[in-house]
Amino acid sequence: MKVTVDRDKCCGAGQCVLLAPDVFDQGEDDGIVLLLDAEPPESLHAAVREAAAVCPAGAIDVSEDA
Amino acid sequence: MTDTVRETAGETEIPQFPGVRAAKCPFDPPPELRALQQNGTLAKVRLWNGSTPWFVTRHAAQKEVLSSPKVSADVTKPGYPIHTRAFGGGGLSFILKDDPEHARLRRMVQAAFTVRRVETMRPAIQRIVDDLIDQMLAGPKPVDLVEAFALPVPSLVICELLGVPYADHDFFQHNSKTIIKRTVTPEDRAVAFGRLHEYLDGLVAQKLDDPADDLLSKVAARVEDGELTREEAAQMGVLLLIAGHETTANMIALGTLALLQHPGQLALLRETDDPKLVASAVEELLRYLNITHSGRRRVAVEDIEIGGQVIRAGEGIIIPNDIGNRDPEVFPDPDRLDVRRDAHRHVAFGFGVHQCLGQSLARVELQVVYGTLYRRIPTLKAAVPIEEIPFKHDGQVYGVYELPVTW
Repeated sequence: MKVTVDRDKCCGAGQCVLLAPDVFDQGEDDGIVLLLDAEPPESLHAAVREAAAVCPAGAIDVSEDA
Repeated sequence: MTDTVRETAGETEIPQFPGVRAAKCPFDPPPELRALQQNGTLAKVRLWNGSTPWFVTRHAAQKEVLSSPKVSADVTKPGYPIHTRAFGGGGLSFILKDDPEHARLRRMVQAAFTVRRVETMRPAIQRIVDDLIDQMLAGPKPVDLVEAFALPVPSLVICELLGVPYADHDFFQHNSKTIIKRTVTPEDRAVAFGRLHEYLDGLVAQKLDDPADDLLSKVAARVEDGELTREEAAQMGVLLLIAGHETTANMIALGTLALLQHPGQLALLRETDDPKLVASAVEELLRYLNITHSGRRRVAVEDIEIGGQVIRAGEGIIIPNDIGNRDPEVFPDPDRLDVRRDAHRHVAFGFGVHQCLGQSLARVELQVVYGTLYRRIPTLKAAVPIEEIPFKHDGQVYGVYELPVTW
């Protein structure tokens, strides 16, 4: 799994941090998403997919091929 | 019935929005509007001014509309389905604007509401909640839970965060309540707005002179840097102050009433020390109560296809999250309050780039409240029958005006 985030789209809702805190964080100065792990372990795949699904700004992209 | 009659009837059958809740089901959306969900993804409703915007009934379609760049949240655009005759104009900072202007303003305050930042406030919120419960237990009963607890908790928290003196709470709570009443006259709303604006503008001036470690001082610093006008800064202060206390206060009081009406669910919360169950209960109560019961509102700026139907540019769209949160395709047996269900896909905070900025703060406040109040006052109960409790049927945000409780 390969994760990418679009910091221009992000609206700082923080749902990704709640669902997968080992993969996503928010910048201390702007609240915008920070990607901590672009290739998370399989145990986190479900949470990351869910984070992408509930991201209100569509700022998280998950590619399953990688 | 002849075809002509049926056609005429069909036209008059466009239900009024907002609708009227069933007397016996104060926690459920109006049945007439709810029924539209069974008929399809899109319907039409009639507003106070006779206009008939689209009404998006299904959860998935609501998310689709709210995240589409083809719709605008700009209340000044022709076709926008305006809430009441007193509504309109601007004055609420970024929530009624589109990107890039919306993002420019929102990003100036976003850092104060991140998951991690808000988590650091949890001990202070716990102290506020415990102190208020101590005062309630030491005082007379019955007591109005709204006045004694539900309003003070989020008001104290947002005052601390913004740097607004809590001593002024009667003033800002009263004017906020006026602004979000559906029945308010344009004149009264303008007066209340003017007062809050003037008040926040004065505070911004104060923070410019004498900055403190609070959010309003950070906003004032943007004025100094030339990134914000004084007008924009005061508007942002008004928005954060209103949004920061009204909504959470309603979730606390209405949530408590809903739990008192569902004793089995209340017992689960009272008897647990599992923060996961408390967090799950917060999401479920957000879903089930969905206090923002006036619909998210947009106007199409390009043609957009939803559920096989084209909404034309210039047409108004109502997105009723309360109905989306009762979509059986996403939430099985949706009318059942079940604090153990996984409800996190709810759209109570909206969806798209306008999704509630303060949601992480609201979550922590509600987790502390629901996780503490019923454990500390295990015999808590309503002091009057539910029929005597005044619900905010006339509020842009739903809740109860009073909740007399005893123990």
